[in-house]
Amino acid sequence: MAEEKEKKYTTVSIPTPLFKKIEERIKGTGFTSVSSYVTYVLREIIAEDAESEEAFSKEDEERVKERLRALGYLD
Amino acid sequence: MISPHGGKLVERFNFSDRAKEEAMELPKLSITIDEARDLGNIGHGVFSPLEGYMVREDFENVLAEGRLSNDLPWTIPIVKDVSDEDVDMLFKEDEVTLVYNNTPIAILKVEEVYPYDKKEYAEKVFGTKSIEHPGVANLMKKEDHLVGGKITLLNDPPTQFPNYKLWPKETRVLFKERGWKTVVGFQTRNAPHVGHEYVQKTALTFVDGLFINPLIGKKKKGDFKDEVIIAAYEALFEHYYPKNTATLGILETEMRYAGPREAIFHAIMRKNFGCTHFIVGRDHAGVGNFYGPYDAQEIFYDYPDLGITPLFFRSFFYCKKCSTVVNEKICPHGPEYHINFSGTKIRELLLKGERPPEIMMRPEVADAILQFENPFVE
Repeated sequence: MAEEKEKKYTTVSIPTPLFKKIEERIKGTGFTSVSSYVTYVLREIIAEDAESEEAFSKEDEERVKERLRALGYLD
Repeated sequence: MISPHGGKLVERFNFSDRAKEEAMELPKLSITIDEARDLGNIGHGVFSPLEGYMVREDFENVLAEGRLSNDLPWTIPIVKDVSDEDVDMLFKEDEVTLVYNNTPIAILKVEEVYPYDKKEYAEKVFGTKSIEHPGVANLMKKEDHLVGGKITLLNDPPTQFPNYKLWPKETRVLFKERGWKTVVGFQTRNAPHVGHEYVQKTALTFVDGLFINPLIGKKKKGDFKDEVIIAAYEALFEHYYPKNTATLGILETEMRYAGPREAIFHAIMRKNFGCTHFIVGRDHAGVGNFYGPYDAQEIFYDYPDLGITPLFFRSFFYCKKCSTVVNEKICPHGPEYHINFSGTKIRELLLKGERPPEIMMRPEVADAILQFENPFVE
């Protein structure tokens, strides 16, 4: 079990003053630890950087449009 | 256009005759219509980034963290249960064909077969072990092992509503063609009453398009039948919705009634369809009193990386003093002036063959429902 946990979490160092500021900041919020707050913020940032989708090929798009017209979704 | 969940729209299908012929030579596993529908959802990217049934690492991470093993938000296990007899066969085979009604639906590349704890599954996903909960009751009937691995779709699952069946690639092209940069998705398992319409139109006021996406599939006793939901929405669209800003398409998957966790799952699927926003109302995907009225909204605060914006709505009701549909935030009048959109009352009237009052349900919608002898799942 301990080994399992070790695989899922790792340690990152942050400056002690920053750690203390975060400790203050999360008082009275739903965050139970500095780790959970830092994880939340980092997830938010990482999601913003998520790669964008590649466009469909022209051929693919035309085929889809044809079906959408046949179903009455497009004129 | 918003990115699919995980950054790429999954497409795993091979509809060639050769692939189907070869599949018939493989060992076979029978599947249900709901499983066939979910294979379609995997193959066409509704469940992106999933490429098949979850392997143990993902399954366990979903239970424990509400995330896949790569940390991407995912709250509902997508798994295939197998009998002890099938386990023996699967240990010997690399690939099997998943068959519904003698039709090969998909090839499954067997990566892992593993046991699981149903009680833990129930507790984590449904928040209860009670078999009074329909999701738990279904789970307890499942076999004791799961098989994980990627799938390749060979045939689309059969559908009762081909004219409304859209896959994510199609909705994404549709939204683009209509010039919708922001789209709000609305999940429903109900025929619409005026409160639903008010929520949908309020949300639509702030975005370019509205995608109403009724969930078609196994439901519990007393829910509206699928054909009734479609007929009711057809009537609503014909009489009350602008064609250029609203559209209707179905999603075929079963209701899990997993409340908060299912709300996240519903949002992820709509993100894959190309929605930028998702409506979450009171007791979304809930059942009985298993969840608090706004639990399904609060869970979104655990997922800052979901990639789709939830729009939270409180309960709407009709106010006799305001003479319109309102909510507690915008109406100053007391409860004596309020008429709630009671699902139970609407059901009672419809079962008696009566139209609910117009302040509750549009007459055209009521008439569409009343065409059916029994509009509810028995």
